[in-house]
Amino acid sequence: MSGTDNFEAVVKERRTEAVAEFHEDKTLIRRFQNALHAAPSLVPLIVLLVSVLLFAGLVGSRFFSAGTLTLILQQVQLVGIVAAAQTLVILTAGIDLSVGAIAVLSSVIMGQFAFRYGIPVPLSILCGLGAGTILGMINGWLVAVMKLPPFIVTLGTWQIILATNFLYSANETIRAQDIEANAPALQFFAQTFKIGADENGRGGATFTYGVIFMILLIAVLSYALRSTAWGRHVYATGDDPDAAQLSGVNVRATLISVYALSGLICAFAGWALIGRIGSVSPTSGAELNIQSITAVVIGGISLFGGRGSIWGALFGALIVGVFSLGLRLLGVDPQWTFFFIGLLIIVAVAVDQWIRKVAA
Amino acid sequence: MLTETQSPVQDPTMAGQQPLLLGRGLTKRYGKVVALDNCDFDLYPGEILAVIGDNGAGKSTLIKAVSGAVIPDEGDVFLDGQKVSFRSPTEARQAGIETVYQTLAMSPALSIADNMFMGRELRRPGVMGEWLRMLDRPRMEKFAREKLTELGLMTIQNINQSVETLSGGQRQGVAVARAAAFGSKVIILDEPTAALGVKESRRVLELILDVKSRGIPIILISHNMPHVFEVADRIHVHRLGRRLCVIRPQNHTMSDAVAYMTGARVPDTEFETA
Repeated sequence: MSGTDNFEAVVKERRTEAVAEFHEDKTLIRRFQNALHAAPSLVPLIVLLVSVLLFAGLVGSRFFSAGTLTLILQQVQLVGIVAAAQTLVILTAGIDLSVGAIAVLSSVIMGQFAFRYGIPVPLSILCGLGAGTILGMINGWLVAVMKLPPFIVTLGTWQIILATNFLYSANETIRAQDIEANAPALQFFAQTFKIGADENGRGGATFTYGVIFMILLIAVLSYALRSTAWGRHVYATGDDPDAAQLSGVNVRATLISVYALSGLICAFAGWALIGRIGSVSPTSGAELNIQSITAVVIGGISLFGGRGSIWGALFGALIVGVFSLGLRLLGVDPQWTFFFIGLLIIVAVAVDQWIRKVAA
Repeated sequence: MLTETQSPVQDPTMAGQQPLLLGRGLTKRYGKVVALDNCDFDLYPGEILAVIGDNGAGKSTLIKAVSGAVIPDEGDVFLDGQKVSFRSPTEARQAGIETVYQTLAMSPALSIADNMFMGRELRRPGVMGEWLRMLDRPRMEKFAREKLTELGLMTIQNINQSVETLSGGQRQGVAVARAAAFGSKVIILDEPTAALGVKESRRVLELILDVKSRGIPIILISHNMPHVFEVADRIHVHRLGRRLCVIRPQNHTMSDAVAYMTGARVPDTEFETA
C-alpha cells in the first residue's frame, strides 16, 4: 500500500481507448448464437417445421392434411396446457412434479361435486378450479416461505394429492354417458368446430375448444411474461433470486403467484381432461408430469430458470405430438417415439448450454 | 416511516452543515457476535465518504443498517434531519437511498433497460397500462439511454442487450447509472472496483466523481487505498464494530489509514478540521 501504482498513472493519462465499447460479432455462428439468445423458441420452432416436413415427405398426404395436423393439436392439448403451467414454474428455476396430480384431483372434484353432492355443474367446476389454485398456493408457500427445494416439495405434494384423489373418489369412475346426459358442461373442452369440411362433415380442420383454450392461454401468458412487470419479475426471480430481491422484486409473492397460477392452469387441464377422455377417472393423467417437463425442455426453456419463451413449450409439445403420430402412421414400433424424444431432450439441453455461452 | 423527531447535534468539525444521513448509537448483534457496537455515522451533503476497515470490522453491517438491509437492534438513523427506520432495502430506496451491491444485484439474462427498472417498472398510460398492465418500453428505454449517456456510457448501442453480454466494467457502469438515476439523496457503493481490471476501475472512479459533481453524496466502501485516497473527501475508519475516527485524506498517508484500521496506531482525535 505505498502510493498509487505506476501502471495506474499510465492508464490515467492515456485514456484514449473507450472501456465501454460494444461491437457486433460478425461470424455467422456467433450471429446465430446471438439470435437464439434473443429468441430462444427459435430452435424448437425450426425442429417442429423440419419434423412436419420430414413426416410429410415420408408419410405423404395421409399426414400432411388439415385433418391430421389438427388431430395432433387435439392430442397435445392436455400436455400443452400443463406444459404452460410447468413453464411458469421452471422459469423461476423450480419444477412442479404435482401438475398431473393437481389436474386429476381437480377433475375428480368437478365430477364428484356435481354427481355425489348434486352441486350445480358451473359451481362444481369453480370448486375444482379453486382447489387447483389452493394446491398450487400450498406448493408456492412451501417453496417461497419455508424455503424448501421445489423438487422435494412437489415430489411430496404429488404423492399426497394423488393419494387424496384415490381416497376421495373411492377409485370410482363417472361414466361418459352419465356426464353427457347430466353435466355436459364438464365436457365443454371436447366440443368441436370444423373449418373447410365438405357438406358431409368429413375432412377439413377440426378444432376442439380445448385446443383453442391452449393457444389462447399460451398467448395470454406470453404477453404477461413479456410485457408486464410481473413477467419480468418471474424471469428475474429465476435468474438470480437474491439479485431480484435486492433490486426491489418481491420474490416471495412472485413465487407464490407462479405456483398458484400453475395450480389454476392444471385445474383447467383437469377440466379439459374430462373432455378428452369423456369420463371422470381418478387413474387418468398420470403421464402428464413427465410429458409436460419433456415439452418444456424440448421447447428450449432452461431448467436453471430465467431463460426461454413459453411458445417454446407449445412447440415442444407439438414436436412430441408430430413424432408420435408420424411414426404411428409409418407403422413403426412406438418405442422409436421414445427413442427420438430422448435424443431431442439431450440435444435441447446441450443447445441451452451453448446459448448460455453468449455471455462469455 | 418518517417521524417529526429532530436529529441530534452534528459533529463539530463540519459546523454550519447539517448531515444528510446520520446514525447514532447503532448496535447490531448476531448471537454472541457484536457486529455494530454503539456506532455513529455521518454523511454530509455533496461529499464522498469512504468507509474503510478490516474484514469483520462491521462495515457491511453498518452500511446495511443505514440502507435498510439490516434492522439495527438499537440506535437511530436520520435522513435529512428526520428519524427513519427502514424495514427493507425497498423502503430505503423509496426514501432516495440507492445501493450498488458488490454483486451488483442484476439479472444477467434480462436487458439493460429491464434491469434499470427492475422493481419500479413504468406502465403505459390509459387502458393498456391500467387494465392490461402493459409496460411502457419506449419510455423506459429512452430513460435508460439518457441516464447512460449522462454518465458517458453511451457507447452501449443496444439498450435491449442482456446484461450478461456486458463486461464487468460495463455492468458496474449500468449499476451505478441505475443508482444515480433513482438515488435522489444518497448513493452507496459497495466495493465498486474490487472485481475490475485497472482500466475499468479508472472508468468507474471517473463515474463516481461524475455522480458527485451532480451533487449527490456517495458512501464508498472499499479496500483499495489508492482509490479511496483519490476520490474520498473524508474517510470513516471502522474498527471493532464502531467508528474509530474520520480522517481527511490530505492529512494522512495510506499507511496511516491502514495502521488505524488494523489497530497498529491510535489516531489523535476522532474528528479533524479540513
